Amino acid sequence: MIIPHPILGPRDAQEFVYLGDASLLNRPDWQCDNAAREFCDYQYLRGNPAGIHRELWFHEQGDRSWLVVTRDTTTHEILKAELARDVARAGGTTK
Amino acid sequence: MTYSGFRLIKEALTGHKGWKAAWRDPEPQPHYDFVIVGGGGHGLATAHYLAKVYRKSSIAVLEKGWIGRGNVGRNSTIIRANYLLPGNEPFYEHSLRLWEGLEQDLNYNAMVSQRGIMNLIHTDAQRDAFRRRGNSMILHGSDAELLDREEVRREAPFLNFDHVRFPIKGALMHRRGGTVRHDAVAWGYARSADRHGVDIVQNCEVTGFRIENGKMRGVETSRGYIGAGKVGVAVAGSSSKVMSYAGMRLPIESHVLQAFVSEGLKPVLPGVITFGAGHFYVSQSDKGGLVFGGDIDGYNSYAQRGNLPVVEDVCEGGMALMPMIGRARLLRMWGGIMDMSMDGSPIIDRTPVDGLYFNGGWCYGGFKATPASGMVFAHLLANDRPHDTATAYRFDRFEKGLMIDERGAGAQPNLH
Repeated sequence: MIIPHPILGPRDAQEFVYLGDASLLNRPDWQCDNAAREFCDYQYLRGNPAGIHRELWFHEQGDRSWLVVTRDTTTHEILKAELARDVARAGGTTK
Repeated sequence: MTYSGFRLIKEALTGHKGWKAAWRDPEPQPHYDFVIVGGGGHGLATAHYLAKVYRKSSIAVLEKGWIGRGNVGRNSTIIRANYLLPGNEPFYEHSLRLWEGLEQDLNYNAMVSQRGIMNLIHTDAQRDAFRRRGNSMILHGSDAELLDREEVRREAPFLNFDHVRFPIKGALMHRRGGTVRHDAVAWGYARSADRHGVDIVQNCEVTGFRIENGKMRGVETSRGYIGAGKVGVAVAGSSSKVMSYAGMRLPIESHVLQAFVSEGLKPVLPGVITFGAGHFYVSQSDKGGLVFGGDIDGYNSYAQRGNLPVVEDVCEGGMALMPMIGRARLLRMWGGIMDMSMDGSPIIDRTPVDGLYFNGGWCYGGFKATPASGMVFAHLLANDRPHDTATAYRFDRFEKGLMIDERGAGAQPNLH
């Protein structure tokens, strides 16, 4: 798979480390009433869709940036790659 | 029709005209007491034990494709009970004992072959860890033997004992482990379940659940609505998708695992050999092909095929361990979709929906678990209580911090 890095252009996915669902950007509020429940869901539960999936990839053997890659899990086609910091600043992702 | 040597001779003498289909192809009834979603190894085994051991009737298995299409026909056929933790080892030993009597139970030749499994040791620390694991296995009634370097050499002289990075210092031998013909497991369970009155409905995809006031009423399928008393879901690989119909999110990611077969060779391997340090394991099928594999590709996937970097990684592992395979050609490779749970252990439990039961999260170890998984899931469906050997496989273990973390790397997601 080739990941279209927003800064570096097309890069081999082998240069990256995979972390998983981009909803990990949305860390729950530790002071909210049901923080334990929220953190348990955040840590362990996944949407795990068959189809379009937004996911975190770390460019470990490159510029060490975190990306949010949009990919189809049924075909491995990569549709989009954004800098994770831009996604986080824009308000994160949905579950 | 019971299969036997006598029957074989009789059919041979009469032109093989008396054989019948191994199972019926029934139209789905409007209602069943038990509906098993997923006609893979685990679903068929569940139906078999539910009918035969727990004496239930009115059972259907719904399969979206055909019997043997999914992971039951995509694995590398290894059976073993070499686990460390108390939550796991009794369950897998239970499974191994069921494998040992499987062919008599099913009246079907599944080619169960207990040819032994060697987990190779390369360091003193690894030897300590394997000795501990072996002791745990023995304490749970299984078998384990610590082999030194020369004993491993007697078993498998072709291994690369003096590899610079991973010299072989010994192995943990599990002699009752081995291989089973995976397709025959699916066919044998399907045939036996069918003989006990289970309806096996193929080409019938479940597309939704009908739930009223928190109680399961039935399933929507591509062949119409089917009412159900209890629904058991055993669709590892697609668990998140099916359980989302009941509004559940699971502690599971779906990943692709690849497996490989070489061209057929004369018998060279004595049993199963695993090279954990190099992410490679191998056995030889009765047809002669080397059956081998390694790690999952490492990203969410439902594609049933992987990418080339893992092919390279697995073949490098093979070459490091046994350079003699360098001349063998790769014949086939394929991918299967795994339920990767967040601690590497399965889930067999009730759900918040009354009458909906779940069996999944098998990671890449579901095949060896097939008989016990079927038995304990049938037990849960029949009695609403977990079987004694499966009390730890609960949904709430993550919330409660009771993870079954076999790898000892800390139970956290994304380690796979």
